[in-house]
Amino acid sequence: MEEKKEDKKFTTISIPSQLAEKIKKRIEGTGFHSLSSYVTYVLREVISGIENEEEEEAFSKEDEEKVKDRLRALGYLD
Amino acid sequence: MPRAHGNRLISRHLKKEPQNLEDIKKIEIDTNISEDVLNIANGVFSPLKGFLCYNDLENVVKEKRLESDTPWTIPILLDTDKKDLNEGETVHLFNEENGVRALLEIDEIYTYDKKNLSQEIYGTLDEKHPGVANIYKMKQNLIGGKISLIDYKTREFDDYNLSPKETRYLFKEKGWKDIVAFQTRNPPHMGHEYVQKTALTFVDGIFINPIIGKKKTGDFTDEVILKSYEALMKYYYLKERSVMSILRTSMKYAGPREAIHHAIMRKNYGCTHFIVGRDHAGVSNYYGPYDAHDIFSEFPDLGIIPVFFRSFSRCSKCGGVVNDKICPHGQEYHINFSGKKIREILRNGEIPPEDMMRKEVSEMILKFEKPFVE
Repeated sequence: MEEKKEDKKFTTISIPSQLAEKIKKRIEGTGFHSLSSYVTYVLREVISGIENEEEEEAFSKEDEEKVKDRLRALGYLD
Repeated sequence: MPRAHGNRLISRHLKKEPQNLEDIKKIEIDTNISEDVLNIANGVFSPLKGFLCYNDLENVVKEKRLESDTPWTIPILLDTDKKDLNEGETVHLFNEENGVRALLEIDEIYTYDKKNLSQEIYGTLDEKHPGVANIYKMKQNLIGGKISLIDYKTREFDDYNLSPKETRYLFKEKGWKDIVAFQTRNPPHMGHEYVQKTALTFVDGIFINPIIGKKKTGDFTDEVILKSYEALMKYYYLKERSVMSILRTSMKYAGPREAIHHAIMRKNYGCTHFIVGRDHAGVSNYYGPYDAHDIFSEFPDLGIIPVFFRSFSRCSKCGGVVNDKICPHGQEYHINFSGKKIREILRNGEIPPEDMMRKEVSEMILKFEKPFVE
């Protein structure tokens, strides 16, 4: 049961250098301390938008009845 | 309504009692950890399916995210000093007080650095910080692995306790799309009401979600908090626009990190917005007053919108409750809402001024022989 060593997980991606330069200028004086941190931020924002568009899994009929009954019994639903 | 955090609402309930339970090792867990087990099983901690393994813990500590890159800021840990446990085996967790029984599939047993954990999570090594003190009290090894809830006891306030599955259904039935969550540990004063109603004005409904559990001497009892909110909501809130249910979890006092954690739990309940006040989840002077606001800028993918409130007070010139963005008058016109002062007045059996606390709320509190934890 030894303390495990840190295993950093990053990968390198390529973007056009002109774009990289534009981004560097854009993030000057902001909270972003590197091109990578800005790109990571933007990608996370984009990905989270896509994930929210996906359909939520449906309730089973049995689950729904149980939930409805309890909410009614406790006065949360009329 | 937002999807649960990590895109799936977790449910870890066994449908029937497992066989051969007597043959597997038992581990007694304390009440706080048993509440974590319940919160994992009910999806309050989605996407967690169990206690953190090493890689997740490392990532949470350093990056404030799980290994999957999902935002997560407070480690959910199971500590042990048992020597006879093995990775790959299943054990039986139990807690006498709330009757929680669960299976734990041990994926990993590992050690950790208490100082590093304290510094990164709480920003200090000071043992006077309650969170740091708790880490120093923890046992030397951690167990990571998935849990499956077998059973739990019925407890006081269960009628106020809704699971994320239930709140999501309730909000849908009410036709709410945008829901703001308000977390509290105290009976409501006029400042709280102002914050809640200001936020509610822009959404469909408010979810008032008091944290219930272990308290310090001098705090209001859980029952007082619940009954005083019921009094407020009965007379001053629309039933079709407000819901209250409790959250059983322990406060960590991790300031900004805990604000993110609180927001994640409310997202799992189905809320789209979360109210964050001044020094949210802070204790003493360990965090800046707005650190818990600033941290949200690190999480564009959090999936719940923070609603920030700064200071608010009553302005005699404006004739109402104000905040620092809307009132031009000086401090001489302002009376701050002091929880401490209101407590003192109530402790003397007196009714606080009505511009501090609604009469119905004060009267409800004073009906209790012992409104404070002794």
